[in-house]
Parts: sequence; C-alpha cells; structure tokens
Amino acid sequence: MLPPTRFFVAAALGSLTLIARAGLKPGDLFPSLVAAGLSGSLPATEGRIVLVDFWASWCAPCKASFPAYARLQADYAARGLVIVAVSIDENPAAYATFVKRFHPPFATLQDTSQQLVTQVKVPTMPTCYLLGRDGRVRFYHEGFHGEIMERDLRREIETLLADHTTSS
Amino acid sequence: MSITTVRPVIALLLAALSIAVLGGCANPKLVRVKPWERAQLADYMMRPDRDPLATANAEHVYTSRESATGGREVGGSGCGCN
Repeated sequence: MLPPTRFFVAAALGSLTLIARAGLKPGDLFPSLVAAGLSGSLPATEGRIVLVDFWASWCAPCKASFPAYARLQADYAARGLVIVAVSIDENPAAYATFVKRFHPPFATLQDTSQQLVTQVKVPTMPTCYLLGRDGRVRFYHEGFHGEIMERDLRREIETLLADHTTSS
Repeated sequence: MSITTVRPVIALLLAALSIAVLGGCANPKLVRVKPWERAQLADYMMRPDRDPLATANAEHVYTSRESATGGREVGGSGCGCN
C-alpha cells in the first residue's frame, strides 16, 4: 500500500493527466464530418479508412506534415485511404494562402467556426486521427514527428486496410 | 513531538495542498488557451526576437552590464506547437 504522501502526490498527478487528456481515444466514435459544417468539398468517407488531420496555417509542424501526408495519399488513396485535412484557421485568407502555397493533393476543409475541433478537443496542434471503416478512432498522433511518425502511420494504415472485419 | 505524531500531520497538510491545487485546476473561471486558440500567440509579433537590432542591443546590455550572455535562444513563438 502506498504511504499517504505518495498517494496524494500520485492522485494529484493522475488527475492533472486526466484533465489534460480529455479528448478522443482509440475506440471512440469520431464526430460526423458531414454534420460538422465544414467548408469545402468533403470526399466520400463511408466505409473507408480515413485520416483526419487538424492543422492551422500558423502551426509550423503542420507545414512539415503536409509533404508526408501527400506521400501517404499517393501510396494509399487507390487502396481506400481518404485524407481529410481540417484547417482550424479562423482567418479564411490565411487558409487560402497556405493551400495555394502547398497545393495538397488531398482534401482540405475549413472548420472556421472551430466547431469540430472543439468537439474533438485536440490535445495539441497538429493532431491526426486514423479512423477505421466503422468511423471509430483506431490510432491518433499528437504533433508531427517526421519520418518516425510517417513510418508508424504507414504501419497503422496497412493494418487497417488489411482489416475487413470492421465496416459501418 | 515524535515522528509518529508528525507523520499524520504532514499527510493531512499534503492532502489539503493537493485538494487546493486540484480545486484551482477545476475552477471553470480559469482561462485556458486551447491548442486551437493559439493563432495570436503564434503570430510573428509575439516573438521576442522579431527585431534583430533590439535583440542585439539587449544582448549587448546583458553582456556589458550583467556579464551574462546567451541562454535566450528558444525556438518558435508562443503557440507551443513546435
């Protein structure tokens, strides 16, 4: 049994961790992208593996992540992966400038009212969620960590593509 | 006072401290800037080193008046995302 002092310290730290991580976890149902009121053309996501990325034009790691997502799009789109990059920019001009500069080959949408991001409660910027065919969160990544994260994403996408048991 | 009588008092004090700290965190009136609300913090104008001349001047002051230099090279702005 823990001594009282250690117990209270552990309880305090545990509570703070819970407060900090109140967002979606693997297994949770991801909110409907259709009902989120996003601006832009939403691709068909029904029954497909979806990678939802929350980004902003003012976020430096988000800029670094776009080439990696472009490579994932090139390698997996034909096999059923849909990438939906949701901008949380409140300034439409900043969004437009970013998209014009990077020309992402995947779908980019705007959450101008920040309705979806508030619902999802992303823990940091950027954060991406990998959804299974049933629309549930299977994996998520906080921040962007270069090649290591791209390798992890590829492994996770392969796992989800091979899994045909979970369909909507 | 013996150590056996002091221990429960310390434990009680730590418990009160934990409750006070957690109570403060749970206060809904506290303003928490969410990760998606940091556009203003990430703005170029929020960078302390945005003016090279002012930075060089500040460095000169630190070096010549306080014999201190360096330690100011923190990357990124205030968004906390890089």
